Amino acid sequence: MNITALINSLPGAVAQGLIWGLMAIGVYITYKVLDLPDLTVDGTMCTGGAVCIVMMTSGYNIWVSLLCAVIAGMLAGLVTGIFHTFMGIPAILAGILTQLALYSINLRVLGGKANQAISVDKYNLLVSLRNVRKATIENPIFVSIIFTIVLIAILYWFFGTELGCSLRATGCNADMARAQGINTNFVKVLGLMISNGVVALSSALLAQYQGFADVNMGRGAIVIGLAAVIIGQVLFSKIFRNFALKLLGVSIGAIIYYLVIQIVLQTQLIQTDDLKLLTALVVAIFLAVPFWKAKHFSKKVRKEG
Amino acid sequence: MLEIKNVYKTFNAGTVNEKRAINGLNLTLNNGDFVTVIGGNGAGKSTTLNLIAGVFPPDEGTIHLDAYNLTNLPEHKRARFLGRVFQDPMRGTAANMGIEENLALAYRRGEHRGLKSGISSEERKLYRERLAMLDLGLEDRMTSKVGLLSGGQRQALTLLMATLKKPNLLLLDEHTAALDPKTADKVLKITKEIVERDNLTTLMVTHNMRHAIEYGNRLIMMHNGQVVVDISGEEKKNLQVQDLLEKFNIDNDRMLLSE
Repeated sequence: MNITALINSLPGAVAQGLIWGLMAIGVYITYKVLDLPDLTVDGTMCTGGAVCIVMMTSGYNIWVSLLCAVIAGMLAGLVTGIFHTFMGIPAILAGILTQLALYSINLRVLGGKANQAISVDKYNLLVSLRNVRKATIENPIFVSIIFTIVLIAILYWFFGTELGCSLRATGCNADMARAQGINTNFVKVLGLMISNGVVALSSALLAQYQGFADVNMGRGAIVIGLAAVIIGQVLFSKIFRNFALKLLGVSIGAIIYYLVIQIVLQTQLIQTDDLKLLTALVVAIFLAVPFWKAKHFSKKVRKEG
Repeated sequence: MLEIKNVYKTFNAGTVNEKRAINGLNLTLNNGDFVTVIGGNGAGKSTTLNLIAGVFPPDEGTIHLDAYNLTNLPEHKRARFLGRVFQDPMRGTAANMGIEENLALAYRRGEHRGLKSGISSEERKLYRERLAMLDLGLEDRMTSKVGLLSGGQRQALTLLMATLKKPNLLLLDEHTAALDPKTADKVLKITKEIVERDNLTTLMVTHNMRHAIEYGNRLIMMHNGQVVVDISGEEKKNLQVQDLLEKFNIDNDRMLLSE
């Protein structure tokens, strides 16, 4: 293992982790808060980047492009929400349907090409791989941290509002939510829209960071998102009880995920091609741990009387 | 005033499992009535409450509450008129949320939920007072997650939530059935206090005949989706369990056992 190469690769892993961490926060909203596993994100994780890059190369302002990317993501969430609530399709299937449809849409957005590059020399990108080891304000790590903090602040505020509380209640107990006059269908659609909007934001930043949008860039995104959520939960559930801190835990979980991947790659024990296999296995084991714990290692209850 | 007119409800129509749960039900509750409902399994008690709450629509007939036609109103829209407590203590509260957060959700029942803060400090004062009335010590644990509470505490809290904003009708669906007898009595005592204090129109389903007799000013018995017995006034006051058993030749095991 080449230590210098490893150390050189770490800032990139952190930046990538931070950007994917935004995406994982989106996954957290559906998977944890709404209790609704949403597979749309595999599609949205490309849609956001595609919309952002194509708009920027067409001459739009970067912030306008970013906003449109988020809106495109929210529309994808809206479609999944309509599939799920209005059409009664189970959530997982609804997400898979939208994800599949998005593949065609993403190709169309990209003008029929599998990918669309954007040059950091010609455009004023928010984040770029090239600046990852510079100690300037342009460093993507710095910029991603700002995005993460702002996003967590907004979500923390939102989930404390009446509307945000009704979202949490719906995810926790839909029967109770309806009995309290909450339109659970509306709230689920709203949650899916917010989540996919956040994912699209992450996607738009990722595309800028790597310098291109690719039709396959979202493949397996949900698994990475779940990995980050679970790592965050396993490591920080004891100390991070506040909602904002939990979201921060998710972001740190994504960073850890990318650091581990980077280290594993540097050891050259496995090749890049095998990454997704490894990721799937690791996430499967992490998901299984709570189940095994409950089944085999539950604390013995002392019999009384 | 609740008016149920000629309501029918069949489940699994057209299959071998077809079950006519409600069969031409007519029931009128006057304002301030505290009605206890008994009947065997499958008599249609819970179905009646679910029809009123809008969990599913009736096949035929109409349901009016005061000036409102509830018949085809979606569940979340009619929630503003109704307070509900379920049999399962897990169903009435959000376990991952705090006690005060649950109360704040209930305080906004039927109201528009916007981007205002989910709970205000003034509300907290009100909740603390109301929780203190339950005499369960919950007022000192306002931020605790509801999942940490016992079944009885959760039912008492659900009851408080259902009545925090005065409902036009309170629906209690065997809300003490999952509790041990002592806790059940305590929750029923709290129920009685709240109903009397706010003069609530109440429909309480129970499997316990003693409770059905002891509480409320009117007792109805359901059988095969209809009201077969309706006792109120003096007759209700003087009613004994033995009378019920003899008069109506009750042969349902579970009802006898719970006596």
